[in-house]
Amino acid sequence: MEVLKSPLSASQKGKLISAGYTSINLLSSVSPSHLALELKISEAEALEILKTVSDGSRSESTSTSCTIVKGAQSAWDMLQEEETLVRITTSSSDFDNILGGGISCKEVTEIGGVPGIGKTQLGIQLAVNVQIPFDYGGLGGKAIYIDTEGSFMVERALQIAEACGDDMAEYSRLYRKGFHSHEVKIQPKDFLENIFYFRVCSYTEQIALINYLDKFITDHKDVKVVIIDSITFHFRQDFDDMALRTRLLGGMALKLMKLARKFGVAVVVLNQVTTKYSDGSFHLALALGDSWSHASTNRIILHWNGNERYAYIDKSPSLRSASAPYSVTGKGIRDSPSNNKRIKNM
Amino acid sequence: MANKLISEMGLPKSIGHIFAARNIITAKDALSLTEFELMELLDVGLTQVTLAVALISEIASPPYQTVKSLLEQRMQNEYLTGHLPTHLKGLDAALFGGIPFGALTELVGPAGIGKTQFCLKISVLATLPSCYGGLDGHVIYIDVESKFSSRRLIEIGLNSFPEIFHLEGMAKEMAGRITVLRPGSLTEFTESLQKIKVSLLQHQVKLLVVDSMAALVSGEYEQGPPRQHPLGWHISFIKSLAEFSRIPVVMTNQVRSRSATEISNYSFQGERRDDCGNFDSHLVAALGIHWAHAVTIRLVLESRSGKRFIKVAKSPMSPPLSFPFKITSSGILLLNDAGIEMTGPQINAIDHQGHSDIILS
Repeated sequence: MEVLKSPLSASQKGKLISAGYTSINLLSSVSPSHLALELKISEAEALEILKTVSDGSRSESTSTSCTIVKGAQSAWDMLQEEETLVRITTSSSDFDNILGGGISCKEVTEIGGVPGIGKTQLGIQLAVNVQIPFDYGGLGGKAIYIDTEGSFMVERALQIAEACGDDMAEYSRLYRKGFHSHEVKIQPKDFLENIFYFRVCSYTEQIALINYLDKFITDHKDVKVVIIDSITFHFRQDFDDMALRTRLLGGMALKLMKLARKFGVAVVVLNQVTTKYSDGSFHLALALGDSWSHASTNRIILHWNGNERYAYIDKSPSLRSASAPYSVTGKGIRDSPSNNKRIKNM
Repeated sequence: MANKLISEMGLPKSIGHIFAARNIITAKDALSLTEFELMELLDVGLTQVTLAVALISEIASPPYQTVKSLLEQRMQNEYLTGHLPTHLKGLDAALFGGIPFGALTELVGPAGIGKTQFCLKISVLATLPSCYGGLDGHVIYIDVESKFSSRRLIEIGLNSFPEIFHLEGMAKEMAGRITVLRPGSLTEFTESLQKIKVSLLQHQVKLLVVDSMAALVSGEYEQGPPRQHPLGWHISFIKSLAEFSRIPVVMTNQVRSRSATEISNYSFQGERRDDCGNFDSHLVAALGIHWAHAVTIRLVLESRSGKRFIKVAKSPMSPPLSFPFKITSSGILLLNDAGIEMTGPQINAIDHQGHSDIILS
């Protein structure tokens, strides 16, 4: 690796190159004090350079050799981890089935659809469902809800939380008679207490907040889901410079993926739709363009099929492309009432 | 908070000066660059840049609230927990008490269906004293299509609340609380919006009505899909207005006929025409899908087999209900309060079957 490409400041790079250190390999056997003398910098700074450089070269060797490297994982370990991966239920069993059990933690899932299809509702539902305790097959976590559109409705959240509490009471009544009968039911207010709501009013705030989430989740370890409703809104207005937009979105996508992996949280990104011209006609497509479509690990499109709402897996490295009906009821997201229509694999 | 000054964020002095020297003054400037671009530009190491960006981000990001505290705050501070009742019982129930504060509510429907009537009615309601279920405040009515009629407004008032409007001077008092603006172009509209921002806070403005949004851009909008929406700025500005002053905002939207190349399908769904294309209606909302994403609540007004209906087409909290209504001298009246629950995408369709019969009768 060349010094030019290393994550050092321009002046440090300049000093290194003028002293003859064009490749990082040349630095591997240099002591800090020697380097300090040669570059006429303080010893601390020299140490810093060596540290940065050795970090960089280590990560590069990952791709070339198969030695055991810090930070890498074997495919087998990853499989083990995947099997223990926890998922957040959507409250619709058909929907969960095509997702392999629910929205997976450690991954970025993008959900898009036309206005009124139920994106915000699904977002609120996930923020509530993530709190279902371990005893009931849930995660017992907390939720971060980032609202960029102002469409979050407190009343609706309360309603969904109430329904979720009722379902849990029902569950314990049916399956564990006398077992936990003294158990206290979770109050709907408790559900709401565990949703951290951020209202974002500009794209700068959105970027700032996503940068800050790293620290926030470190302080609030039990956050298990981050919902962004929607990623699109501020990036569809006030932008003249499309190249800048693509760059900022790309940076944000990387940070979200990092967050998902580092803390094992599920990142759910809601997206709007737009019309796209292809093959001589207009089609609906998710907004933000083609380069953004690489940003998420899983992509789900919610759409109308006849009189029913369907969820369709548009992209996923591990799930097969499938669609399933769901419905939006007073209680939140539930199974579609018609039982004859089952999951359809495509 | 996007324009917060970096110099006031308490960065270490040395790096703070470097930011200032490179003309990176606000959080927006700094966060519009990637970390590597910043390193290039500022000529400092990665660790310092990461630390600086983390600090700037922390300060520039908005504070959080738990939803519980949000709920409690609304219950405490706001009259009627943040809803303007429409006095149409069924609709109020479906919307948890009426038009919500701090959000955009849109009315869409063919000409003559009753959009302006609805706007006039709720304007009256917002000015009423709170003992009659109003908000006791001022109304700003942006009348783009020159359809506002003071005579009709007072007529609605007289017929729906005779006890108030028959009092000496009350009609004057109530009508005096409604400020009507008539911008002639999009530019004028933009200017008036900026002026409104100030007066919203100074006066007791409790409702903002825009009738209609579509008239501002019709004409300019038809020529191919523009890269950015002409109303993009307005959408986010009005949203933020609604939110920071916590008032309901009601806007109307016109309809246009669907063009032949428009397919409301995704490419994975194939060329199959979707069902609502086979309905008798070929009307769609004049402002496109981008706009539709931005509104929080969409009410569709339509006519079917000689009857008028109002439908809750998009709402994060209500079931898809449809209510038949008629227009009387006291404004819009629902024929029944139970409503019909609709299935599927019909809730979004805009019908105008037998529309002319209604208008003529």
